Amino acid sequence: MTLHDVDLAVEFCGLQLKNPVMPASGCFSFGKEMEMFYDLNLLGAIVVKATTLEERMGNPTPRIAETPAGMLNSIGLQNPGVEKVIRDELPYLRRFSSLPVIVNVAGTMVEDYVAVVHRLNDSQDFDAIELNISCPNVKCGGIQFGTDPEMAAEMVKAIKEASNRPVMVKLSPNVTNIVEMAQACEAAGADAISLINTLIGMQIDVEKRAPLLGNGVGGLSGPAVKPVALRMVYEVASNVNVPVIGIGGIFTGKDAIEFLMAGAKAVQVGTANFTDPYAIPRIVDEIKEWCAAHGVKHIDELIGAANPMSRRRG
Amino acid sequence: MPRTEVVLQEKIADGLYRMVIKSPVDLSQSAYMPGQFLHFRVSDSIDFMLRRPISLCLADEANNLVTVVYRAQGEGTKRLSRLAAGDTVDVIGPLGKGFPLHEESSAALVIGGGIGVPPLLELAKKLRAKGTRIVAILGFQKASQAILIEEFKALAEVFIVTDDGSMGKKGLVTDLLDASMIDGISRYYACGPTPMLRAVKQALEPSGILGYLSLEERMGCGIGLCAGCVHKIQDNDGVHYVKTCKEGPVFPAQEVVFS
Repeated sequence: MTLHDVDLAVEFCGLQLKNPVMPASGCFSFGKEMEMFYDLNLLGAIVVKATTLEERMGNPTPRIAETPAGMLNSIGLQNPGVEKVIRDELPYLRRFSSLPVIVNVAGTMVEDYVAVVHRLNDSQDFDAIELNISCPNVKCGGIQFGTDPEMAAEMVKAIKEASNRPVMVKLSPNVTNIVEMAQACEAAGADAISLINTLIGMQIDVEKRAPLLGNGVGGLSGPAVKPVALRMVYEVASNVNVPVIGIGGIFTGKDAIEFLMAGAKAVQVGTANFTDPYAIPRIVDEIKEWCAAHGVKHIDELIGAANPMSRRRG
Repeated sequence: MPRTEVVLQEKIADGLYRMVIKSPVDLSQSAYMPGQFLHFRVSDSIDFMLRRPISLCLADEANNLVTVVYRAQGEGTKRLSRLAAGDTVDVIGPLGKGFPLHEESSAALVIGGGIGVPPLLELAKKLRAKGTRIVAILGFQKASQAILIEEFKALAEVFIVTDDGSMGKKGLVTDLLDASMIDGISRYYACGPTPMLRAVKQALEPSGILGYLSLEERMGCGIGLCAGCVHKIQDNDGVHYVKTCKEGPVFPAQEVVFS
C-alpha cells in the first residue's frame, strides 16, 4: 500500500474535511500569519481565534509561562470584536478553495453570545461555529457556562436557535463529570462536541514570591495534558452520539491517531503550532504514513478502534 | 523542520555565549534588519515546548552566517549553549520588525543594557556603513559581564557604565545622557531591560530626538499566533496591545506605553 491509497477525508457537521486535522482556536490567530510557512489548504479546516461582540484587550502580561512538556497562557480572549473579524479576517480565508472555516464564539452573557451569532449569520465567509464555554482566563469568558450542565444547555439552546450554521461546543476539562456536560450539550442540540480546552494552572516566580502570570492563573496546554484529554474524549465518545473532536497536547501523527482511536472524528492541534510552525502538515503526513504502513485504506477504520462503545454509537 | 548547522559556540563572559550558525535564509536575498530575532528550538524532545527568541547580533552576508549572543540562564538556553560546531539546530527567522535605518541621520546614539547590547552591534555596523557617526553607551552589571566592547569601539565612540563601577563609570546608562552627549544626535536606539528602556525614554523625551526601543516580553509562538507577547502602544488608534513578535520587537519610542 502506498501513501496515495490512503483516504483521510472525514465529514462532521456537514463539513467535508480532506483530513481530520485542524488548528485549535487561539493557537493560529486568524490564519494570515501562517502564509509564510505553508498553504492553508493543507489544513482539514481552520478554527479562528475566539471572537466576542466588542473588541477585548486581554489580560496584563506576562501571559505565557513554559512548564514541563507544556505551557500556561493567560491571553484573556484578546480579539478585535466580531465586526472587524467579519470585515478584516474571514474574507481572507475564502481564498483557500477547500478550507472549511469555523469561528470560535465567546462572550459574557447569553445575550452577547447570541448577538455575535446574529452578526455572523449575515457573513458567507464561514461554515460552522465553535461555542466557547470554556475559556479559563477571564472571569466572564463563558467558563461559568462550561462548568454547570444546566447553564451549558441553556446557552447551547439559545445559540442553536440563533445560528444558521452548525454549532460545535468546546468543553472545559475543569469539571467533575465531563460526560454530564457533554450529554447536556447534546440534549440541547449541539451538532458536535470538541474537547478539551486548557486545564487551569499556575506558576510561581520564586524571585518575586508571586504568581508569574499577570493574571495569576492560566490555562495549561501541550503534551502534558494529553492523557487527561484522551481519557475525557474516550468517555465522551462512549456516551454521546454527535461527533467528538479531540484536542489536547497533540504533537505527532501518533498522538492524533490515539484520539481518533478513542472515538474522535477529527482533532485540533494547538500548542504544537508554537513549537513547530509546520506541525499540522507534518501530523497529517505522519497519520498518512502510519495508515499506509498498517494497511489502513480509510481513516474511518481508526475512529473508535480502541473504544467499542463509541463505535456502537457510530 | 528546517535545521541549520552550528559553526561556532564559545563562552565570551560569565554565563554569556556567542553562537555562529549558518543562516536559515539566504541573507543576500532577504530583507533582514538589525533588531530582528531568530527563534530557536532548544531540544528535539517535547520537554521544552517554547522556542527561545534571540536577537540577531551580526549578519555575515558573504558567508551567509548569523551570530547571536545570549545568556544561558534557564534550562532551555543552557541546553542551547551545549551545542557545538557541527551540530544542527532547529531555527526560524529572522523574525519581527527591527531597527529602521534613516538616510538623513548624521549622528546616532545607541544605548544598550546587558544582554540588550548584542542586537545593537549589527545596527551600528549598518549605520556605520551609511556614514553615520555613532555614539554608544553600554551598560553592564560588572566588568565580568561586559561584552562586545572591542567590536563597538571599531564602529563607535564608546562610553561604558557598570552597576558596581568595576568597568567604566559607576551608575546607569541614563547618568550619561546630558546635553553634551546628545549634542548633534538625530536618532537614538535602545535595547535592554524594561526599567532601562523606560528611563531612557523619559530622559530623552524632552530633547525631541526620535528614538526606537527594542522591547522584551515573554513570547509564546514568536510568529503572531498566540498574542502572548503583547505590549501597550499608543498610536493613531489610541492605546492598545500589539504583538511584540510580529509588530516589534522594535517600536518608535514615542508610541511605547510603560505602565
